[in-house]
Amino acid sequence: MVDVPYDTVAGIPPAEVPDVELYHPRSWWTRYVFSQDAKVIAIQYALTASAIGLVALALSWLMRLQLGFPGTFSFIDANQYLQFITMHGMIMVIYLLTALFLGGFGNYLIPLMVGARDMVFPYVNMLSYWVYLLAVLVLASTFFVPGGPTGAGWTLYPPQAILSGTPGQDWGIILMMSSLILFIIGFTMGGLNYVVTVLQARTRGMTLMRLPLTVWGIFTATVMALLAFPALFVASVMLLLDRLLGTSFFMPSLVEMGQLSKYGGGSPLLFQHLFWFFGHPEVYIVALPAFGIVSDLISTHARKNIFGYRMMVWAIVAIGALSFIVWAHHMYVSGMFPQFGYFFATTTLIIAIPTAIKVYNWVLTLWRGDIHLRVPMLFALGFIITFVNGGLTGLFLGNVVVDVPLSDTMFVVAHFHMVMGVAPIMVVLGAIYHWYPKVTGRMLNDALGKFHFWVTFLGAYLIFFPMHYLGLLGVPRRYFELGDAAFIPPSAHSLNAFISVVALTVGFSQMVFLFNLAWSLFKGEPSGGNPWRATTLEWQTPETPPGHGNWGKELPIVYRWAYDYSVPGAEEDFIPQNQPPRATRAVQGAAS
Amino acid sequence: MSAIVLFLAMIAIIAGWWLSQQRLTAKPWLEEGSVGDFPGGDAMAWPAAKVGLGVFLAVASCLFVLFISAYSMRMSVVDWRALPVPKLLWLNTGVLVLSSVALQWSYVAARRGDAESVMVGLLAGGVAAVIFLAGQLLAWQQLSAAGYFVASNPANSFFYLLTAVHGLHLTGGLVALGRTSAKVWRGAEIADMRLSVELCTIYWHFLLLVWLVLLGLLTGWTDNFVDICRQLLS
Repeated sequence: MVDVPYDTVAGIPPAEVPDVELYHPRSWWTRYVFSQDAKVIAIQYALTASAIGLVALALSWLMRLQLGFPGTFSFIDANQYLQFITMHGMIMVIYLLTALFLGGFGNYLIPLMVGARDMVFPYVNMLSYWVYLLAVLVLASTFFVPGGPTGAGWTLYPPQAILSGTPGQDWGIILMMSSLILFIIGFTMGGLNYVVTVLQARTRGMTLMRLPLTVWGIFTATVMALLAFPALFVASVMLLLDRLLGTSFFMPSLVEMGQLSKYGGGSPLLFQHLFWFFGHPEVYIVALPAFGIVSDLISTHARKNIFGYRMMVWAIVAIGALSFIVWAHHMYVSGMFPQFGYFFATTTLIIAIPTAIKVYNWVLTLWRGDIHLRVPMLFALGFIITFVNGGLTGLFLGNVVVDVPLSDTMFVVAHFHMVMGVAPIMVVLGAIYHWYPKVTGRMLNDALGKFHFWVTFLGAYLIFFPMHYLGLLGVPRRYFELGDAAFIPPSAHSLNAFISVVALTVGFSQMVFLFNLAWSLFKGEPSGGNPWRATTLEWQTPETPPGHGNWGKELPIVYRWAYDYSVPGAEEDFIPQNQPPRATRAVQGAAS
Repeated sequence: MSAIVLFLAMIAIIAGWWLSQQRLTAKPWLEEGSVGDFPGGDAMAWPAAKVGLGVFLAVASCLFVLFISAYSMRMSVVDWRALPVPKLLWLNTGVLVLSSVALQWSYVAARRGDAESVMVGLLAGGVAAVIFLAGQLLAWQQLSAAGYFVASNPANSFFYLLTAVHGLHLTGGLVALGRTSAKVWRGAEIADMRLSVELCTIYWHFLLLVWLVLLGLLTGWTDNFVDICRQLLS
């Protein structure tokens, strides 16, 4: 295999260059299992994340069964309910979304989009996946240990997280912490790869300002994750020590089961600071890759260059930076120094500016575009609408005086499910429909895809819109049963039942998607190399699916940015990034 | 949390400086053309492994600064009783300095192409690091023999925790150092090994720096500074 050296001038590759070493698999095991190829690792990440995500989906059904029809199902008790909400939240946020966006899409798309042969540290990259898998297995094992998984809520606040009375106090919490620590170690290995590959392995001509926004989103999110996850690491280690060795980092002196506990002096607030110092950037760690991917989907399927590319890049960077100084808006009711609230409410609302810029730019990209309502585009549009909805309720909750009464109600649940549940999942699904042809060489079935979209999109609104109303009534989150509270009218109970029915329907409709994935793998229409007629490099590979080393004999050379769609005077409505300028210039010259 | 906010501000300045070199104000839609027409935006001249180590050091620093943040917050609670730092720590610090010096020596030798000195430097550095770790374990033993157990006071808990995290990072470094030494031992070309030796040396200096900061924190030298930081942002 031959790589053209980086410093070659003028874009003319030399006639002969020496071979470079690329890791080559030698057996079935190293090709498909212990593979160091980023594309295989990406698929491993994606499958593992999806598998554990399905577990979390099933948990949400169980929760909805209980909430919609309390007292009907004898196999769900209060402790189990708490365990379900904890595991559902933790899996969805960290083990599914973070792993899927960065480990899955990051691994697949970064090397292909920047024109590299592979990640820069393939061995570390492989290790990253196996440590992640171990973290997932440790997490899943908590379902089978005595006492079951922890029921402390996904925020794992001490003191209750490690006190008796909270389900999973024996093993669940210990394994949860261990799993998080493993996840963070594994992620750091992968994250180093994603960052350094974008920095050092871009092909010739691929300047930062020619990168597709997908890469910008994943890159910035990875940098954020590398700086934010250590906070969760510190919190996990210290909580683990509190639980195992009886230290008092977080544990105040208190009476447990009628006896003075061994703890004393610790600060639960310290845990909350550490947790949310990770927790808020985490929202954007999930959102920024979604922002990037959706920009590319919209541009490609509207056949129009992205509006305000520079602004999009600056907004991504600005959001990334700002998200580190807003964490305490999750703690308005925690008892922290009250005047902190002013500061954090201000910074929180400032983030709305770069975010709004992005939304305007997506909409302006659509304006007078040649919109093709194909399945990826439908999901992208669904994302914009859902994200705006979720973002607007974020303005409510960002303000201290509005947040205080709404805190710990269903309104919060509705808000964060819209903004970081449904919206990123829309992008994940859209991205799968978009890149599946590149990964497998076959198209997903269009009719099934459209059915999947409409059920998911409408269903998500039927589930989460009414939930805002429940929250405004004051229906609390995390309650096993609502009982007979005067402020909860009977209509709220029937609304809950309605939400449950829709949630189960939407959940089962995802099986159509899974069927589509499996069926199309064998029976899908062959896609060819570039079915969407897209400009970015991953569609220009000599083979589909891309072979080992991605680019055949020579690395591509980049001559233009990633969004040359519908260029006036060009022969086709898209010009790939690696197409030299001469061909088009001649045409443009003739046209002008 | 003031320490971590200050640290991130520093990272933001470095990232901002780097971004300012990347022509973020370019108008890529106008810049069609071949490589070299548009300056800037190339990869750094450093090898990927060195950039990777740089990023990793940023992550590790972040971790330690977060521990320090937690330390300074927990310290202000009334039940904090500083523990007497064992004298042994000073000896350990000296050994760690020696370890760093040995690796620096090895790196200089690698630049000269002197294979034998490289090997001697790597071995001396490795042995000194192992002695440091053994010394840390001994210090733990002395403390617990004197009745300062991990759970008896938050100051003790932090002492054990911080030294353990630092020690684990050093242990990880020893794995890399061991692999490098093994390659040099088997007679790898010194020119090929220069980068590995350099990376080990950088990592060792980093861990020495971290240790000095932690030592200042644990012995209470930096208490005044911590107080200032705390008042600055709260």
